[in-house]
Amino acid sequence: MQTPSKNRSSLWRKLFGDPLRAFGIVSVTLLLLLAIAPAKNHFSEWRHYQNSYLTMIRGRGEAITLQRHFQSGIQQIWHPELGVVDRCTSCHVGLKEASLSDVNQQPFRRHPPIPHNLEPYGCVMCHRGQGVATTVEEAHSSTLAWEQPLLPARYIESSCGQCHRAPLTGTPQLNEGRKLLASSGCVHCHTIKLPEGGTLQATDDPPSLLHIADKTTREWIFTWLKDPTAYAVSARMPNFKLSDNDARDISGFLIFNSVASPGDTLALKQKAAADPSAGPSLYGESFCATCHAVQNAAGNLVGGNIGPELTRIGNKAKPEWLAAWVNNPRVYDPGTAMPHYRFTEEQVAILAGFLQAKNDSDFLANVHLDPATPEQIAHGKLLVTEYGCASCHEISGIKKPENFAPELTRIGSKPISQLIFVAGMRHALPDYIAGKLRQPRSFAPGLKMPQYTFTPVQIDALTTALLALNDRSQTLPGTMTVPNVADSTYRPAGKAGQLMNDLACFSCHRINGRGSSLAPDLTWEGSAVQRKWLDDFLRNPNTLRPALIRRMPKFNLKAEEVTTLADYIMTVYQNPAFDRDSLPNSGYSASDIEHGKQLFYSKYACQGCHIVDVKADKGYIGPTLTAVGSRLNAAWIYYWLKNPQALRPETIEPNRNMPDEDARALTVFLASQKESAKQEAKR
Amino acid sequence: MRHANILGLLCLSAVLCGCARKAASAPPPTAYGSVLVEVSGGKQAAPVGTRLEQPIVVQVNDDQGNAVTGALVSFHGPSSVEFDPAAGSTDSSGQFTATVSLGGMAGRYQIVASTLTKTQQTATLKIEEMALGYQEVLGRELNEQYCSRCHNPESTPERVSNYDNLEVKPHPFTEGDTLNKMSDPDLLAIISHGGPALNKSPLMPPYGYTLSKSDTQALIAYIRMISDPPYQVPGMLYTKK
Repeated sequence: MQTPSKNRSSLWRKLFGDPLRAFGIVSVTLLLLLAIAPAKNHFSEWRHYQNSYLTMIRGRGEAITLQRHFQSGIQQIWHPELGVVDRCTSCHVGLKEASLSDVNQQPFRRHPPIPHNLEPYGCVMCHRGQGVATTVEEAHSSTLAWEQPLLPARYIESSCGQCHRAPLTGTPQLNEGRKLLASSGCVHCHTIKLPEGGTLQATDDPPSLLHIADKTTREWIFTWLKDPTAYAVSARMPNFKLSDNDARDISGFLIFNSVASPGDTLALKQKAAADPSAGPSLYGESFCATCHAVQNAAGNLVGGNIGPELTRIGNKAKPEWLAAWVNNPRVYDPGTAMPHYRFTEEQVAILAGFLQAKNDSDFLANVHLDPATPEQIAHGKLLVTEYGCASCHEISGIKKPENFAPELTRIGSKPISQLIFVAGMRHALPDYIAGKLRQPRSFAPGLKMPQYTFTPVQIDALTTALLALNDRSQTLPGTMTVPNVADSTYRPAGKAGQLMNDLACFSCHRINGRGSSLAPDLTWEGSAVQRKWLDDFLRNPNTLRPALIRRMPKFNLKAEEVTTLADYIMTVYQNPAFDRDSLPNSGYSASDIEHGKQLFYSKYACQGCHIVDVKADKGYIGPTLTAVGSRLNAAWIYYWLKNPQALRPETIEPNRNMPDEDARALTVFLASQKESAKQEAKR
Repeated sequence: MRHANILGLLCLSAVLCGCARKAASAPPPTAYGSVLVEVSGGKQAAPVGTRLEQPIVVQVNDDQGNAVTGALVSFHGPSSVEFDPAAGSTDSSGQFTATVSLGGMAGRYQIVASTLTKTQQTATLKIEEMALGYQEVLGRELNEQYCSRCHNPESTPERVSNYDNLEVKPHPFTEGDTLNKMSDPDLLAIISHGGPALNKSPLMPPYGYTLSKSDTQALIAYIRMISDPPYQVPGMLYTKK
């Protein structure tokens, strides 16, 4: 039996015994070693993909063109100013080949059309991942050495948001996420610094709690704190998951801490409703549903979401407070978005009575609170400070905390090594953010972030918006970004300005870049309308668009208020581009009118969207034009027809590139559609 | 040595058992149907990778057409499609509901629902959904803004349709039978220059001075995507390999 050592030595002798043989063996070994590097290169993944690409295109009609475009070897896109080093195109070879639109085999698919060329931006700019890696695993996934995985397609719009800070039509999810970020109260606690300076401002307006005891009871506050959605399914306040004792103490503190409202909130005595059946019709006529929703029998919310839900308002509001609020909300809350309707005393009683009846008798039936002790009140105050209630609400004696929650300015670049994941969660930043939004308290005991009621779609939208807040978006050169145009802080001056504030015009209308887009933009209203029509409309608004469910309410304005408003609108809101009196509003010949009518009905087919003749026309999209000659100035009609978007950028009326003579003829026809003539014809 | 072998075998069998148990994690069916029918959720469109707005609801029926409770339904699709849940039993009304997230590539996705029949055969149902890429998402937004009030016959309280008011009826964009016959340049012409450009009604106004060419192309991409029957040339069909 041979020993292993003897064996080894004989092998040694066999290989290296002879110097010539030894030289040969060493040379071959060296050659083999040297061959490892090119072999590794030869068998690399990207070369394999490039070869299969070449095989694939060989059978195609446009093979020669594709072959000419093809470049072998590792390809790289490098943009030092963007921090982009991409080798993705080494494998994704067909990205720019329009003729490959029928290929669905990756990595050879053509890139779907987007508004940018691929080269100036590279791939990782939008898709994330490791641009410098040359294997599939390293480029796409996060491994030990590489942290940045590919961004799931679900959140891809976040990448647009790195440069585009203004909303884009093509990124609805990002726009929605940004809107939610500002309107869900996130920025009351979390600071988000904007690259262009300043911080993201909240668009919601949580109520002040200074005079809370005037408005509601401690029992209601207790129930609300325990679960806001029990009172209103659309509640914006999140659930802080308070224990009964904590909710008891906070409610005790808030009531104790409340100071009576100055003014005459409580002075107004509620009178019995003259006719209870008048409630629903007054609620309807006043278009309360434009802003407020009520849950119907089927459980669906009907109405707008600008103001709070009113399904159980009778459980919350004290009757005298409700009557005072309906009478003039600005006494209790000077900054409210609700207009000050000039209701008569009787109307106030009817509406307040109607709202008070909206309650659920079981709602507060089981809530019995003993009077709060001083210890409980002190504990309540402590909790209010701890939970940062004053971040959102004004509370007397408690300052709004600063930097209450972590700053989110660069949350989209947070390294994975700094994140704590919940068991079972995919270790990726988007999953972390979505998880935080879904169940913030599940990450660790003792966390303060409350539970929101976001839907899965809202969570995706918010995650998209948050991922757009990253290192790159903060450091991109200004020339590469499209800044957001912030809402202007325009405030109309003088007596009319006060009146417009009192009537909350900006809650629906937009003027000079400020306000909501619920109702028409009034920036050039003085050029558009005739004085008499404006006076009549302010006194008694009638609808211009029969299909709309949201309409201008009647505010019961006094004659001098109408004059003040109309004077201001006619003088100040004029478009400098033209003179509103440059075309006569009447006195056109019958043949000119007839010519315009021909154009209206045949060439331009305006009846598709508008109604001039109530019997024949049915167009329901644009405003009714039956008496447009009594409403609009001829000059406005003319310039509107020439270019509607120049006067109201957001209008959907298409620009027809109309010749001057056609625009004039149509103007003549429309300017002749007078209110008085129609009424006489009726008679 | 022998002990180690036995130990190894034990480990292996334990792992195998574990795997086997995992594979059979769905509850066994308590009933069997013979046909699968779609209740709702087919032919929806959503941006790539996102959840479809409505869940997919399918129903298992027996030979007589009665709903079957407790039948096992499972969903399959291309690997990038996620189902929540992917399999389960039908409820008391014989229905099974799952939310679906489509894959990251724009195009049509074929989803297959299947259930076991009494004879141990598989009854299947194919459902198609659409994932919208950038162009189609933009097209959908523009459609909502400019087109749908006339081209979509359905009204909502928020948006009353103008379809019924028009003398010449516009084509709803899902009407593949008509729209698929029109070429891309034809669609571009009628959107940009109005109906008269193709000898059609002037009730269709020109949008060429309001929308950019890329906006119009995005609209066309969206119209092609939602067309039913599907537009033939591009639009890919992802199926399970």
